[in-house]
Amino acid sequence: MSTAHVETGPPAGGAGAQARPRRHHFAFGDPLFRWFTIVCAATVAAAMFVLIGVLVKNSWLAIHVLGIKPLTHVAYNPSTNQYGALSSLFGTFVTTILAMLIAVPLALAISLLLVELVHPVVSRILGTSIEMLAAVPSIIFGMWGIFVVAPLMANHVEPWVQSTPLGRLGIFSGAPVGLGILTAGVVLSLMILPFITAVSRDVLQMVPTVVKEAGYGMGSTTYEVMRKISMRYALSGIAGAVFLGLGRALGETMAVAYVIGGNFTALPHSLFANGTTVSATLALNFGESSSKLETSSLIELALILFVITMVFQVIAQLWLARARRMTGSRA
Amino acid sequence: MPPRSVGRRRLANRVVTAGAWTAGAIGVFVLGWIVTTVVVRGIGAWNVAFFTQLPPNGTDTGGGLANCIIGTLVITFGAAIVGLPLGFFGAIYLSEFGRAGRVATGIRAVTNIVLGVPSIIAGMFAYAILVLPSHHFSGFSASLALAFIMLPVMTRTAEDVLNLVPNELRESALAMGVPRWKATLGVVVKAARGGLITGAILAVVRVAGETAPLLFTALSSQYWMSGLFGNSGYFGGPTPNLTKEIFDLSGQPYPHLVQLAWGGALLIIVAVLGVNVLTRLLFQRGKEW
Amino acid sequence: MRSSRRFWYGAAISALTVGIVLTAAACGGSSSPSSSASPAAGGGFVGAGSTFAQPLYTAWAQTYQGVSGGVKLNYQGVGSSAGIAAIEAKTVQFGATDAPLTAAQLASNGLVQFPTAVGGTVVIVNLSGVPAGALKLDGPTLAKIYLGTITKWNDPAIKALNPGAKLPSTAINVVHRSDGSGTSWIFTSYLSAVSPTWKSKIGAATAPAWPTGTGGAKSAGVAALVKQLNGSIGYVEYTYAQQNAISTVMMRNADGKTIAPSLSGFAAAATNATWDASQGFAQALVNEPGATAWPITGATFALMQKSQTDAATAQMALKFFDWGYKSGAAQAQSLDYVPIPAKVYGVVEQQWPQITVSGTAVWPA
Repeated sequence: MSTAHVETGPPAGGAGAQARPRRHHFAFGDPLFRWFTIVCAATVAAAMFVLIGVLVKNSWLAIHVLGIKPLTHVAYNPSTNQYGALSSLFGTFVTTILAMLIAVPLALAISLLLVELVHPVVSRILGTSIEMLAAVPSIIFGMWGIFVVAPLMANHVEPWVQSTPLGRLGIFSGAPVGLGILTAGVVLSLMILPFITAVSRDVLQMVPTVVKEAGYGMGSTTYEVMRKISMRYALSGIAGAVFLGLGRALGETMAVAYVIGGNFTALPHSLFANGTTVSATLALNFGESSSKLETSSLIELALILFVITMVFQVIAQLWLARARRMTGSRA
Repeated sequence: MPPRSVGRRRLANRVVTAGAWTAGAIGVFVLGWIVTTVVVRGIGAWNVAFFTQLPPNGTDTGGGLANCIIGTLVITFGAAIVGLPLGFFGAIYLSEFGRAGRVATGIRAVTNIVLGVPSIIAGMFAYAILVLPSHHFSGFSASLALAFIMLPVMTRTAEDVLNLVPNELRESALAMGVPRWKATLGVVVKAARGGLITGAILAVVRVAGETAPLLFTALSSQYWMSGLFGNSGYFGGPTPNLTKEIFDLSGQPYPHLVQLAWGGALLIIVAVLGVNVLTRLLFQRGKEW
Repeated sequence: MRSSRRFWYGAAISALTVGIVLTAAACGGSSSPSSSASPAAGGGFVGAGSTFAQPLYTAWAQTYQGVSGGVKLNYQGVGSSAGIAAIEAKTVQFGATDAPLTAAQLASNGLVQFPTAVGGTVVIVNLSGVPAGALKLDGPTLAKIYLGTITKWNDPAIKALNPGAKLPSTAINVVHRSDGSGTSWIFTSYLSAVSPTWKSKIGAATAPAWPTGTGGAKSAGVAALVKQLNGSIGYVEYTYAQQNAISTVMMRNADGKTIAPSLSGFAAAATNATWDASQGFAQALVNEPGATAWPITGATFALMQKSQTDAATAQMALKFFDWGYKSGAAQAQSLDYVPIPAKVYGVVEQQWPQITVSGTAVWPA
């Protein structure tokens, strides 16, 4: 919509008997307003480009000196001149997959519950409680993780798993310390659960009621309506929600740093073993890096993380936009 | 395709329904578990001293987190001063002037990307452009990092709320001869007031609980903040704050310091969850019209 | 119209609240002795680094504030490596580290280094069936445990050192620090001193490439891990083990005596130290001779920039350390640190004139 230039002269036809002179509107008001709001909106873009610039500039030393080495080496140990990023990238990858494996089915089940199975008032209360999980700060998840979840895993869950036939599998081997990939994945899944649930619920609510009622009218069960009808509409949106949760899991720092064990030198050989993620490596090492190359290599790691989260965000937005188009909603 | 038996279909439905109820129960249970843990471990630290005194040394008992509470309030306020207006006016641009334009779409895409930036990168950003060149930590650099996180949140939420205002309101204001800027600020914004306030409060509260951005920017301090300038002022030196102090205290060898950390965690969770619930109750017209 | 009036009332109340908060911040609280109106009285400086020294510096800072007319030291225990990084980036007045820098590193970064106290690192253990404080180990065995060559508690080497003890056949769960730590440096210096294999494979470092074991974040993480799993072994500062009532291990020292950690043991180790100013006083006090000397002892160091920009804050820091040497000994001992003897701090203070502002020395003040 272009800026409409509106006259404020006396109304046509002399309908207004009051002939008091109206003041002319401030001629620059509208363009000034529009310019002002564009500038404000553009600060986000400016901030992002400055961020990218800072990241690239400060990681240039590492890129120049180390080349492709961080992407092909595992151990990160600056005191022995090792700057491998693979241990961090692998940990990020594994914990995120683990978190998604736990959170996505849970989120879908909860959104099914909220949309189809309960009274709207209960749905609102329940939905709000799940959203409260999203409001809990990361450091509290971290403290809860290390003081409550880790002992539980160490003393009950992990030994139990090892006593079942599953325990013979390599991925469940190793001392059940309670800190490690598995605990980090579990805590992470609880942190991204509310995001995926909220978006899935919104997407499922946008499915036209008429179509669902047609399904019920033909005798389908709730599950069948959800699976065969709602999901068709909601698939893009749910995929978008999943990617949103993924992006959040990739960047989560404090909670993971507390419970993952901080092993920067080797790939974890089992779910019970220690590892690290990119953000945990950053949090635990950034304050201590004293050589320029070390700081630069950490910023390079941050740049890699930024690029990955950016790619996932873009994919998420594209799929969510497609979902909105399909259901015809403007929101 | 042979029809599946009714019994099997009903069974599948019952299994899935039971699964959905279990999932819901798990979600609520986890929330309750976390809150209970923090309350049980932290309530012992709450006394008058907690809210009025400075942090104790290792062997002392007593003491509190009063300076950190004030510091967090000031840092968050500093972030809000920058992040909220920019986000608000940016959202006005996106909603009023740029529904489908190229510039607006681009800005929207960038906003979404910045929304997903991990908070530790925001902290490193503020460290690189403020702390390093000026050779001191400061509360101001922390506010900047937090504003960086708050800005896209506020923009997104405000844009969603402004989009919900019916077009008829805008059109009738314009038809009466009101200039565009007055129509937007006086009519549309006023109509969306509830949702905007909710969005602003939630954005502020969300960054108040962040830790990672403060690790390399505000550091922390065991003293009162001494005004705006000077060695331990907001712009001049390390600023006490709750989240970094909790992070430090939880690693101390002295059990009563760890309990102080839980007390701080309890304060944060009460404030964050309390504000969330309150704003939804008071301004619950936020999302629906 | 009325709703807009309510809006403005609300805005006014918010502005008032905000104003009150800001004023509270600006006035610096009711119990602060120095108000913003008189910046000359008081002032402060920032130090960061070793968590090992944190209880000492924060206790000294509190006492010093009273005797110096309000000078405030804000000390942050972010870890030795982070302390070194901070002083090199000049974001603090002094950095604190338990892992000293070499003379070459000091020269290339323009830093002055001096010791402020001595303390001990202890080995902690969680082993049911063995009473607290009764387990005995020696250097080579400990090194093999951390190398991963000894993996079970009933290994013959451990049995030989603990005749009559009921050692289970469970696996040893090795715990170490996951962050860069001066305590790790002291510990690995000890392992390097007693085990040629350790020295050649890993050596002494703040963040060594641990061949085995789990990493805990800071000493709290290490202690938590050891406490929660039976069969665990780890290392922390002495204060830490004391305050948390964790079972410690008796170690065999260089003289062959097996002793428990104690303040007198750390002091005995420190008497044999050679405080060499030309090397920045750098040393680890590990495996020192002496019948009662604790083998895993170390000093904690302060680092300051040689060329400063502000004489006042530099003098504040130096006066603080001077006070700590001369009047802070009793407080240090009450916190289980060994104070630096007068002979040594005399030599230290002779190095301080190296600290200058535009060429003029700031010490003696």
